[in-house]
Amino acid sequence: MDVQAILSAATGGHGAVNPYAAIAYLVSGVLFILALRGLSSPATAQSGNRFGMIGMTIAVVTTLLTHMPMKVGDATNSYVGVDPVGLIEILAAIGIGAVIGIVMARRIAMTAMPQLVAAFHSLVGLAAVAVAAAAYLNPVAFGIADATGQIFTVSRIEMGLGIAIGAITFSGSVIAFLKLNGNMSGAPIMLPGRHVINLGTLAAIIGLVAYFTFDQSPWVFWTVTGLSFLIGFLLIIPIGGADMPVVVSMLNSYSGWAAAAMGFTLGNTAMIITGALVGSSGAILSYIMCRAMNRSFISVIAGGFGADAGPGDGGSKEQRPWKPGSADDAAFLMSQAENVIIVPGYGMAVAQAQHALREMADLLKKEGVNVKYAIHPVAGRMPGHMNVLLAEANVPYDEVFELEDINGEFAQCDVAFVIGANDVTNPSAKTDKTSPIYGMPVLDVEKAKTVLFVKRSMGGVGYAGVDNDVFYMDQTMMLLGDAKKMADDIVKALNGGGH
Amino acid sequence: MDFIAIFSIFVLACFVGYFVVWSVTPALHTPLMSVTNAISSVIIVGALIASAAAGSASSKWLGLAAVVMASINIFGGFAVTSRMLAMYKKKER
Repeated sequence: MDVQAILSAATGGHGAVNPYAAIAYLVSGVLFILALRGLSSPATAQSGNRFGMIGMTIAVVTTLLTHMPMKVGDATNSYVGVDPVGLIEILAAIGIGAVIGIVMARRIAMTAMPQLVAAFHSLVGLAAVAVAAAAYLNPVAFGIADATGQIFTVSRIEMGLGIAIGAITFSGSVIAFLKLNGNMSGAPIMLPGRHVINLGTLAAIIGLVAYFTFDQSPWVFWTVTGLSFLIGFLLIIPIGGADMPVVVSMLNSYSGWAAAAMGFTLGNTAMIITGALVGSSGAILSYIMCRAMNRSFISVIAGGFGADAGPGDGGSKEQRPWKPGSADDAAFLMSQAENVIIVPGYGMAVAQAQHALREMADLLKKEGVNVKYAIHPVAGRMPGHMNVLLAEANVPYDEVFELEDINGEFAQCDVAFVIGANDVTNPSAKTDKTSPIYGMPVLDVEKAKTVLFVKRSMGGVGYAGVDNDVFYMDQTMMLLGDAKKMADDIVKALNGGGH
Repeated sequence: MDFIAIFSIFVLACFVGYFVVWSVTPALHTPLMSVTNAISSVIIVGALIASAAAGSASSKWLGLAAVVMASINIFGGFAVTSRMLAMYKKKER
């Protein structure tokens, strides 16, 4: 292929799309679809990830070849020569990003994945803003303006939407990051009149994007940018810690739509296909998370739910009898059982008990006990988080089951071992219409012959601030203490009292 | 490419995305997020165009900044996804 032909075709912009480049972008779009398709099973996921890497390489190399930096002063006509300094700058930028990205990916603890993902989302958002601003400042280079520098109307709408969504993604993700990382309290921050402020700001953004089609003055463009940064911030601060899985998924979706909007601006199929994929992916994950918490998307956005568990109306609660147990009791009960289902929650991960827990399961399996794990969709701090944490502790993925697949088995199981979870096992979600978690799908641990409930103390309650009837049932034994210490003690008891 | 052609691709890709994502096993939803993160940084295409274009210095530097940010995401996203996927193991029998 003649490089010069590609180069001159590329400078033509919107009107003259280089057919080779267009096909290359389409191929990378298809490879991205395959990357997601691979995730249908852990067995094919790694090869899917490689398809994604190949797709990205194709997109980057194609763009580098068709958009070589050229000597200033001759961008319109014939090729005069690649600008080596410009090329080095670009490669250096990629190199800097690569080093930072790989170091972050290697160092991050699996418990901190939600923060990392939020940080990555913010970068996609900010990159989209930077690209949209660059296109606005130099529209001719992007082929979205006529010779006089008037940007095409369609491009103005696409660009306006791109910068708005990108800016919202950025500032929203920064707040989500700060909340998840504990730099900011998970408690919702409720500004007075926030619905009016938010709706007003949104209306102003939409109005200004519409006005941008008539007037491409800088003040319109930068006001849209500024207001979008503000609304992203305002939208996320009232959302409480418990709803963060939905927020992270939602921002994932936004980052996709931002990429799609920029794809429209550039007429680039790889960006549009990817944007649509990521946008739908985030939207579906938000839906799954909302369904798992029985919350409507609107009520999550409105915010206010999930303040860090305070005493609430705990004062009026009657004292009910409950049965304490020790690690030795638990070890004995489980080693005598035929079927044990472990229900891990985020408290288990916070206590770093997953390795001890897996050791416990290994010992039980050696005794001939059938051990399974039951995962509630919101067991972690983001979709699928608990599965990753268990996988890190070498729990085989075919022992880990989702709520709908395992819920029927509690009735036949001898011991349900609940560790670090609370609200997701609360039967009042099924019966008590006044409960704040009514309607939320829960794991039916109360149907097990024996329930072992590991909990720090009897005082604390879950995010939703409701008491759990399971604590006071006859077949329940409360194992009070730190999750990791309790799991370690059970391991010791199994080793000592065993064979 | 004209707007309708691009828009058609977009709508069809949304449907493809809908079906592909529903077929992702819930156990892999976290890697799904990190990989979508990596691929949405295909926005680097726009950043590369801006950094290579002549005519506006501010546009070029915005482009280079966007290249750095998108690269962090691309390399970081794919690397962390593959790190996570490597942990998923079947029961040894």
